[in-house]
This record gives sequence, C-alpha cells and structure tokens, in this order.
Amino acid sequence: MFLAGGLLAASLCFGAPTDPSQSTNIFKPLSTPAHSIFHLSMLVLAITGAIFAVVFSLLAYSVAKFRKRADDDGREPAQVYGSNQIELAWTVIPILIVLVLFLATARVIRSIQDAPQPPGAIEVTAIGHQFWWEFRYPALGVVTANELHVPVSNPANSTPTFLTLLSADTDHSFWVPRLAGKTDLIPNHPNHTWIDPQETGLYLGQCAQYCGTQHAKMLLRVYVDSPEQFKQWVEEQKKPAVGNDAVAEGRHIFETTACVNCHAVAGTVANGRFGPDLTHLMSRDTIASGVASNNRENLRAWIQSPDSIKPGSLMPAMQLTDHDLDALAAYLVTLR
Amino acid sequence: MSSAAYTRTTAEPEWVLPSRGRVGMFSLIGAESAIFTIFVVAYIFYIGKSVAGPTPQDVLELPIFSTICLLSSSLTIHLAVRALRQAKVGAFGLWWFVTMALGTIFLVSTGREWHHLIYDKGLTVSTNLFGTTYYSLVGLHAFHVTVGLLMIALAMVFTLFRKVKPEHSERAEVFSLYWHFVDVVWVIVFTVVYIIGR
Amino acid sequence: MSSETIALSTVGPDARPIGERLHDWVVTVDHKKLGILYILYALFFFVVGGVEALIMRIQLIVPHNHFVSPEVFNRMMTMHGTTMIFFMVMPVLFGFGTYLIPLMIGARDMAFPRLNAFSFWMTAFGGLLLYFSFIGGNGLYGAGTAPEVGWWAYAPLSSRAFSVGHSTDFWTLAVLATGVGSVGTGVNFIATILCMRCPGMTLGKMPLLAWLNLVVGGMVIFGISPLTAAQIMLCIDRYLGGHFFDTQAGGSAVLWMHFFWIFGHPEVYILVVPAFAFVSEIVPVFSRKPIFGYPIMVAATIAIGFISFSVWAHHMYTVGMSSYGNTFFVFTTMAIAVPTGIKIFNWLGTMWGGKIQLRVPMLFCIGFLFQFLIAGLTGIMLGATPFNWQLSGSYFVVAHFHYVIVGGIVFALFGAFYYWYPKMSGRMYNETLGKWHFWLFIIGFHLTFDFMHIPGILGMPRRIYTYEPGRGWETWNSIVTIGAFFQAAGILVFVVNLLWSLRKGEPAGNDPWDAWTLEWSTSSPPPDYDFAATPVVRSRRPLWDLKHPEDPDWKYE
Repeated sequence: MFLAGGLLAASLCFGAPTDPSQSTNIFKPLSTPAHSIFHLSMLVLAITGAIFAVVFSLLAYSVAKFRKRADDDGREPAQVYGSNQIELAWTVIPILIVLVLFLATARVIRSIQDAPQPPGAIEVTAIGHQFWWEFRYPALGVVTANELHVPVSNPANSTPTFLTLLSADTDHSFWVPRLAGKTDLIPNHPNHTWIDPQETGLYLGQCAQYCGTQHAKMLLRVYVDSPEQFKQWVEEQKKPAVGNDAVAEGRHIFETTACVNCHAVAGTVANGRFGPDLTHLMSRDTIASGVASNNRENLRAWIQSPDSIKPGSLMPAMQLTDHDLDALAAYLVTLR
Repeated sequence: MSSAAYTRTTAEPEWVLPSRGRVGMFSLIGAESAIFTIFVVAYIFYIGKSVAGPTPQDVLELPIFSTICLLSSSLTIHLAVRALRQAKVGAFGLWWFVTMALGTIFLVSTGREWHHLIYDKGLTVSTNLFGTTYYSLVGLHAFHVTVGLLMIALAMVFTLFRKVKPEHSERAEVFSLYWHFVDVVWVIVFTVVYIIGR
Repeated sequence: MSSETIALSTVGPDARPIGERLHDWVVTVDHKKLGILYILYALFFFVVGGVEALIMRIQLIVPHNHFVSPEVFNRMMTMHGTTMIFFMVMPVLFGFGTYLIPLMIGARDMAFPRLNAFSFWMTAFGGLLLYFSFIGGNGLYGAGTAPEVGWWAYAPLSSRAFSVGHSTDFWTLAVLATGVGSVGTGVNFIATILCMRCPGMTLGKMPLLAWLNLVVGGMVIFGISPLTAAQIMLCIDRYLGGHFFDTQAGGSAVLWMHFFWIFGHPEVYILVVPAFAFVSEIVPVFSRKPIFGYPIMVAATIAIGFISFSVWAHHMYTVGMSSYGNTFFVFTTMAIAVPTGIKIFNWLGTMWGGKIQLRVPMLFCIGFLFQFLIAGLTGIMLGATPFNWQLSGSYFVVAHFHYVIVGGIVFALFGAFYYWYPKMSGRMYNETLGKWHFWLFIIGFHLTFDFMHIPGILGMPRRIYTYEPGRGWETWNSIVTIGAFFQAAGILVFVVNLLWSLRKGEPAGNDPWDAWTLEWSTSSPPPDYDFAATPVVRSRRPLWDLKHPEDPDWKYE
C-alpha cells in the first residue's frame, strides 16, 4: 500500500530540503530527460504499488484467516498439492504486466538515448578527473572546471546542451538528478548525454560512480543561465587571464613553483592539464569541486594543505612560506 | 515407528544412478569451460585493438605439428582406457605412455614457440593487447595440459609399479574425459588465435 | 529394530580428551561437521561485517561527520560487501546445504567428502587472506591497509596505477581462493544430488531443498568461473604488466564490468535460491500442508537459473550501451520476474487453507515473504532503464539489495537456523528469546532499509563517506543508523539463544516439528553415518506416508 504512494509522498513532502534550490530530488524534474523518466517512474510505481497491494493483502489475509486456532482439533487440513488453472492464471497475468512495462520502458529508452541533436545545441565535453570536473566548450573556445554553465532551453526555441563524457583516469558518473539520469564517464569509452533545463537557476549533483578516496566530494554545480547571461559568461570565459601588476609577486611564485605543472592560466606560461584551468578562477562560486566557498581564506588554506579541506585529493601541499601563500592568494583572487 | 517406508519389496526395479566420477568430472569441465569462454571472449574482443607492437599476422605461425600430436593423444588415451577395460594392462601402459609423450611434445613445442616470440619477435605479455590476450589464453590452456600431464605421469608411475588394475578402468576413463576436454579447448583456441585472429 | 539400537548406541556425550575432539573437527570429512564449520565460520564474519556496517552508519548519521577518515570509510565499505557476500552468506548457505542434502536424500555423505573438506578450507583461507590485508596491505612499510576499491573493484581503479600497494591483491587472491572452494562445493552438490539419492527417490520425489541446491550447483559452476577468469586477468594486469583492463593501452574498463556482472548477477541468485529452499521446506511444515505446485516450483527455479545468466547488464545501464543493448536487458530482467513471482504465489498457496503455526521459524519466513515481495518490486523499478538512470549508484539501490539480502535471505536463514537447530544440536532453542530476536530485528530492518530508499530518491549517491547538508538527506540517514543498532541488538539475542540453548535447551527428539522429510527420521543430532539402513521412499514426504498409512502421498502425486 505504502510503497508507491509512500515513497512519492515522503520524497515530495518530507524530502524538502531546508533550501529548495538545493534539491536533488529525482521527482522534481526540470529538463526533458528527467521529465520522461519521471513519467515512466510514475507508471512503474503505480503498477508495482498495485501488485504490492494485492499480494500483501493475500499474505496478511492468509496469516490471519488460516492461523491455527487455540481450540484446534489436531487434525491436519486438506492436503492440496496444486492447481494447474491457478498456476496458469498467475503465470499469464504477470507476463502481461511485464510486457506492458517492457514496452513502456523501451519507448522511453529510445526517446532519451537516441534523441537527435538539434542545430542550436550547446556542445560540452566533460572530462572526469579524480576528483574534479573539466568542462570544455570546443565550439566556443571555453575551458572551465566544476561549474557548468548552460543556457535555459524553452520548448519553443530549444537550446539543449549535449555533453560528451570522457575520463582522464577512473570511472566517474555525471548525475544532476533534476536534469537527467546519470551517465558514466569511462576512460577509453566516450559517452553522451543531454539536458534541456527549462528554468534558470543552480542545479546540484555529484559524481555517482565510486572513483576513489574523494568520490564523495566530487560535486557538480550546473548554472542554468538566461540566454543573455550565458552569452556574457561565454564572452568572459574566452578572454585570456586578467593581468594585474599589483600582484606580480604572486604571479611570479605561481609561475616558478610547481603550480604550472598542473594548472593552466590562458595568456601566461602556465599550461598544465592535470588540474583545473584557473584562468577565470574567481568566476566560480566554489573551489575543490564544490567543497568550499571560493574566497581568499579558503584558497590560501587549500594551497597550504589540500588535505585539510579534501583529504585524499590529488593536489599536494605546496610547502610555501606564509608570505608566499599570501602573495599567491592575492594573485589568484585577481583571476576573474 | 513402523518401517513400512524402509522395507525393500521383492518387485523393486533396479535403482541405478549416474556415476559420481563422471558427473563430477563433467561439472568440473563445465566450470573450466566457463573460464575459457571468458578468456576467448576477451581475445576476440581485443582482435585488432592493439595500439602498437607486433600483430598476429606478423609473428604467428600455425603450430600444425604440435596440434596433430595433441589431438592424436585423445585417440591414444581412448585406446589406453579401452585396453584397461579389456584387462590388457600391458597395452594400457603402452598407449598411456604414448599419450604422455604426445602431450609432452605439445608442451615443449609451445615453449619453443614462446621462446621464439619473446626473444626473436619481441612479443611479451606486456607488449600490447595481443600479447596479453595471446599468452593468457594459450598459457591457460598450456597450464591445463600441464596439470593433465602431471596426472598422467603419476598414473604412469603407478603402472610401472604394477599397481594399476582393470578395476581402475573407470577412474582412467573419468580422467580421460578431462584430457578430451583439454583437446577440445585446443581446437577452439587454435581456431580463434591462429585462424580467425590472424 | 536394528536401526534404532544402532542409532542409540552412538549418540552420547563425547568423552575423549579435548585435543582429540578438536583434531577430529580439523581433519573431518563428515558433511555434518563441515556444514557446522561453514555455519560457525559465517557467523563469525556476520559479526565482523556487521561491525563494519555499524562503523559506516555512525559516520553517516550526520553530514560532514568525522568518526572515521575517508580512507577508513572506503575500506569498511569494500570489506563489508566482500565479507558479507563471500565469507558470510555463501559459506552459511553452503554449510546448510552440505549438512542437509545427504540427510534429505537418504545418503551417508556427500559424493566427494574430501573435496567437501577442501572446499571449506579454501573458503576459510580466503577469509583469513582478506583480513590479513589489514596488517599486510601495504607490504612491509607502514600499517597495513584493507582494499578500498569497492567489492566490484571496477577497472581502472583496481589497476596498479590507481591502487597502490597490495590491498587490492589481497582482495583479488582472497576472492579467487574462495571461488575455487565454491566451485568444489558446486561440483559436490551436483554429484551428490544426481548420484546419491536413496532408492525410490526419483528427481520428481526429492525435497525442494535438493532441487534448488542442484540448480545452485549449476549456477555456481557457470557463474563463479567468470569471476575467477576476471581475477586471473586482473592479476596478470597488476603483476605481469598485462593490459586486459588498461585503458591507456586500448584496454576496456567496460570489459571488466561485463565479466564481473556475468558473475555478479547469477551470484545473487546463488545467494537467494537456497533461501527459497529453506522457505519451501519450512512453510509447508508450519502450514501443515504440502508445498503448493511442486512441479511448477521446480520448473520456475530452473527457469530462474537459466535466465539469471542473461540479465547481467542491468547493472550497467549507465555505462553507455546502445539503446538496443539496454532494451534487451530490460526484456530479460522483466522476464525473470515472472518465475520469481510464481514462487511467491506458490508459497502463499501453501499457506492458504492450512493451519499456520506462528513459531519462530515461520515468523521469519513470513517476514521473508513480505520483504522479498517488496525487494522484487524495487527490482522491477531498477530494471526499467530510464528509471535506473536516476536510481542506480544511489542509496535506492543499496536499499533494494539489502532488502533482498537481509530482508529476504537473512530472514530465511534465521528461519533455517531455528528450524534445524534442534536437529543439529539435539536441543530446542528458547522460543521467547527467538521472538525477541524476531521483533527487534524486523523493527530495526524496516527502520533502516525502508527509509533508506528515500535518500536515494532525493539524489544521494552510494559509496560516499559523507554528504552535504541542506539536500534533505539528514533525517533519513539518522533513522537508518538507529535501525542498524536495533538489528545489532536482535543479533545479540540470537547468539545468546544459540549458546544458551546448547546447554539448557529441552532435548529435541528426532522430530520436534512433526515434519515429513528424511532428516527428521534420524536422531538429533544424527549419528556419524546418518542412516543405519538406506531408506527407500515412495513419495516426496516419506515421513507423512509413515505417519498417515491410510492416506499416503504416493496415492496422489
């Protein structure tokens, strides 16, 4: 009885997080793939709920009605060995139910997986790393990390985002529940998924395939922008890094320490690919893949000791003096 | 308690069940077949996918002679078991020895082929996907041949000490099932590696 | 009658010195002793695995908790799964099978008693090897580490590059060793059931437990081997520089997944079919009716055995198979629901019209029926690919499979413990303690696993050592953790019951349940040789025929 309604009710009513914008409820879809899944899941829940109701009633009834009474006469009940008609009935009916479920499911699989890519679609290549997300927009010449910006898509003028999913190391999985089901990022095995968010806002998710120590903190933030906001964001991201002589010392430290082995800052000598691109670091709200707010104190703490924020992340502690750390942080906060 | 369920009536039909040894060996062969299937699937999946390094066409030559030896050993072991069943222990010993010799020739031949591949052609298990799947599949088979040969050698020793009797023919036959299995696997491996894969 | 005098004279207290008695247990090839060894071994690891679960649940009771480090949590996660599956559920089910099958088919022992002993000791060795990783996982330097790759050890996380040190090797070799033991047991089950039945017991007359374990034997033979093969490949990769799963060299991570799940799915049926067997023996006795639809139950089980080899990639819907591939696996996954459902209906049909005795074994079986029904339904939800794209990798899946394994298999197992404890020990367990165990455990089970579905629906992935506040997951995680402690309390009562009853329980006699299969004709515990004279049977319920000579089963079957 409770299964279908209960789960749904519980998740819709009691599952409300303190801040609705932080919801990752699969039953609150805002994008076509997530909507299709939601509708299919309602059908599945209805059917399984009905099956549960029938079978549970039979179970409860038989336990109640056929209990051995206190005043039992001690004789064995009628020894019934089976019934071919009953067996037939409860074979055929499940087969029919299963057929319905199969056909409904097959339809939705095709509609999501084999959806053609419309001409106005934004193309993003997502590359999974231990333990952060790299996002490239090849057609637009943009490279960023962890925070994905996409334009809102209204049904009349569809601008979905089609993602190609790759991995630089182990298996990961891209899961933003309100926008789509999850698809894995597997090395040497490119995958594809798509979203067409229908409302602007911030949508949360995280890696959903165990990828190592900090799998739990490989968080996702998808910013669905209005078309103007998105255009502006792209323009900002395409520019090379902001040059500011006031922080030359910090920049020098960055370029002469091992930072450049892993990080890239467009327009400078820094061209590392192992870690996130920092050209427009300050355009992001968080660091370490959503784990901490992006501000000077956290940046400084992160560089000094990544393990204090995300133990097991692959960035080493940089062993810098306090003075150097201050200069470096001062430089980084200018990378808007 | 009455023993009505326990008394054998005189008109009881004979109660015959399959032999444990045969059922057990077939089950083991089933399990081993599943292992080999996975290795064969991996081999086939990776055909043509090596990123670099020697390819099958470059380095593999058909091991005709050793194959003939191994497949003939199925015949000779069958003759050995038949001889034992007919209480011809001498003939059994002879055919059993020939089986062992043929199997040994196969293993030595595989060893020589590998020596050639490693030292002359530069193909090792870590060279590329072909190397990994080739040595694993052929090696797994060779391992099974080796285990079989050890059992055959053990029985050979028993034979030389005149401990093997006609009543052991059933056990010899159960063992020969394993040996036939090893040969069938070789037919499949040969086809996949030296014919399809090349 | 000579059988009774022979039986009586060998069942008495063992007065030999303790060293000799222990030695007896170590070198035994007797199926009953080996069965008990398997069961005790599994009970020990049940507690160990349970502690690992409690550690994880305490860490997850609130977000951003610091009870354990991420590394320790990930090790607990890996060890909990590996332990429970390979060193708890499989051994305990093999133990019950080894103990019961010869007794139920009128044989003196398994077909290959020495292979039986070898299988047990290989499994036992595997467990010790896995746990040695806590000491030896990092080689000689520093403290040991247990593996932390998850119990599926997906490539390339399991490769040398990403799993440094030896912890993953301990996992690989331990599971390989135990797999060899399992295949030995599978061979033994098949050979015993096909070749050692007593006269008159045709395949159509043997107890369902024998049939179901025959199917399990077949699934073990073909299902464990893919994992063995994959483990060998992983060893070749890690030690010999092979490239089976080396994506840099063109290898495929997805290939590991296919091989693993070709094992993994039949594996879960290997786990659940023996539970079906227990329920099929217990429910009829406590409903006082024969099992409803014996031939269909056999056919459904065989169907499940075969179909289970065709559904594996429903564990891989998110890895990017084509829509055709995904659709195929939806078809086979939905198909397997049909014979499984039929079995539930047949158990209900057995209870219907009966005189149900709510003794502890039956309580656990009723719990099984209720929970397995729900587990099957959440399985159908997960079988629908698009729904799976949301639910997989989340706590919904964790809830689903614990519902099957704990709510289904462990409940049936407890039923089996209570049902056959009198036969194995000669004593009745304490009914009151048994009921306390049942109610504590079922309350804890539902607190934990009912509510665990909700965080999954709210987007909480699995295998995470902590989670973000503000997504609505906190309350549910706290409830889940509290339920775990209720379950622990239930297990404690259970262990106390087992031990207390061994000393203080009422003598059970041969047949405390008024049951119908051959094991109840022997003494409790049975003599070493099981049967003084090989029984001859004419129906599926030989003891019913003896007790009701005016109305024997063979007139109706």
